[in-house]
Amino acid sequence: MEKVQEKVIIAHDLVKKFGTFVANDNLNFEVYAGEIFGFLGANGAGKTTTIRILSGLSKPTSGEVKVAGFDAYHQTEQIKKNIGYMCQKFSLYEDLTVKENIVLYGGIYGMSRTLISERLRELLEKLHFEEYENRMISDLPLGLRQKLAFSVAILHNPKIVFLDEPTGGVDPITRRQFWESIYETASRGITVFVTTHYMDEAEYCDRISIMSDGKIVALDTPAELKKQYNSKSIDEVFIKIARPATQGSPPLGGLGGRN
Amino acid sequence: MKRFLGFVKKEFLHIFRDYRTLFILFGIPAAQILIFGYAVSTDIKNAGVAFLDLSHDEVTQKLTDKIISSGFFKKTETLLNYNDIDKVFKKGKTKAVIIFEADFGKKLISEGKASLDIIADGSEPNTATLITNYTAAIVNDFTMSLAGSSLNNSVHISPEVKMFYNPELKSNFMFVPGVITLILILICALMTSVTITREKEFGTMEVLLVSPLRPVQIILGKVIPYFILSFINVLLILALSWLVFELPVKGSLILLLAECMLYILMSLSLGILISTVSKTMQQAIFISLIGLMLPTILLSGFIFPIENMPKIYDYISSILPPRYFIIIIKNIIIKGTGLFYIWKETLILIVMTLAFIGLSVRNFKIRLE
Repeated sequence: MEKVQEKVIIAHDLVKKFGTFVANDNLNFEVYAGEIFGFLGANGAGKTTTIRILSGLSKPTSGEVKVAGFDAYHQTEQIKKNIGYMCQKFSLYEDLTVKENIVLYGGIYGMSRTLISERLRELLEKLHFEEYENRMISDLPLGLRQKLAFSVAILHNPKIVFLDEPTGGVDPITRRQFWESIYETASRGITVFVTTHYMDEAEYCDRISIMSDGKIVALDTPAELKKQYNSKSIDEVFIKIARPATQGSPPLGGLGGRN
Repeated sequence: MKRFLGFVKKEFLHIFRDYRTLFILFGIPAAQILIFGYAVSTDIKNAGVAFLDLSHDEVTQKLTDKIISSGFFKKTETLLNYNDIDKVFKKGKTKAVIIFEADFGKKLISEGKASLDIIADGSEPNTATLITNYTAAIVNDFTMSLAGSSLNNSVHISPEVKMFYNPELKSNFMFVPGVITLILILICALMTSVTITREKEFGTMEVLLVSPLRPVQIILGKVIPYFILSFINVLLILALSWLVFELPVKGSLILLLAECMLYILMSLSLGILISTVSKTMQQAIFISLIGLMLPTILLSGFIFPIENMPKIYDYISSILPPRYFIIIIKNIIIKGTGLFYIWKETLILIVMTLAFIGLSVRNFKIRLE
């Protein structure tokens, strides 16, 4: 396992503006190798903007941002090669077979033919997928598809994998299984950067950050946050911080950028 | 490059796996050519005609033979009396009944005139008019040849109509350029806009954008298969119209194919532009069908001549690319003209293509920001 101190994502005073609208307001955070980092926030809090910047899709307005050691202003190509991405909608092509999907994505990430078929074997074996190799994705049950989508997102062994609400609309059992594969991935040293709407899932993360109105208003381990906010669950913490207007106003300042 | 080829291959797989896409790509063009060529054709060929011969003499026999051997008609039945007429029409195959009065031959020789009735099926007015005209022409021709040397009594002078470019007035000649124009813009613009919005809708576009593939590669990868297939389509349509309708390409085939490529390119970039403004497949389909297909059929000069349109429609049609392409390929296929006469239209298409590409790139960038 990698040293805990290796920083794979560094955001320092990250600002992103759209015209006069400030989507990301001076974000400061670091993510360590092999960590499961939960990125929470209500809709419109600015999470998506941050993920787009971190994955090289858009450029920050100001501030220092490094992903996998590369600069988010000029080295987006290298960033893209070193990250994986999976979103809520299944990122596999339904009219292609399991094998074809894997070959396609492997090819897009510049993997060699032999390496792709090697990974394909490993993967089929690990997921007990052998009989599905030549089946269309549309024939697979939802749970299997999702596992496969995740495996494909880390097929090229990226340093970081971004999971954008990966468990949206999935039943609890599948969600649990999915988190098992997230743990397994993190234990291999791949950093997992995950956004979610489910607060129970946030408890599974090593550390979480909570965004509100473009700012990071809390960042710590789930246990520490619960202690700080005197809450039994992250759900409670979230309600206390992210929706202060309806909950009286607990102090917001000074929490961002801890650690 | 290898990444890119894998991506192109995937797009071909999408197309070949989806029988609906395949049908739209190849089934519809073939069907359109055949439908416009045969069914909508304003020629008659082998129209069913029944005969009611009350005279049964040498003259009626000759005239009957002449009508049947003209190639326009085929004899369906020989009727015995007037009551059969209604029956034979109801069967559907007979479009007209030709009736020779009793003593037709005798009267013709003794009185110099005899009467012949043509009863046509009025439920198909176009065909009916055509059949009666054709038959009348054949009968006239016949009486003239009978009158032969003795130019005394019934010499009819019928106006001789002769057509340039399409001497037999074969209407399907006119349809082929129109069908090519319609099919290409429809397939290219509709299919590309749908295939790109499909990736957006399914969320795979996000994944592709995050991947090391460049946006240009993604778009090219999606468009190249359609470029190739559309080009094959052009060859198919030309081959079909040549084999079935014996339509020759009078001008340079190379020039024709080059112009088709330009037009395909224009339609593809239009499709990309549509995909940048639509969020869902439904939207893309709607814009393509309502925004492209209807104007192309109605306003491009495909069916209705632009010269006869009110000025306002003329102006609207002048921003439609198909209008120029129809002029280009009609010139090449039917008249056989060279680039010299169509450079203006070609230039307009090139400018439109560049404009569509420019707009798409701008839209795409805005979306990425």
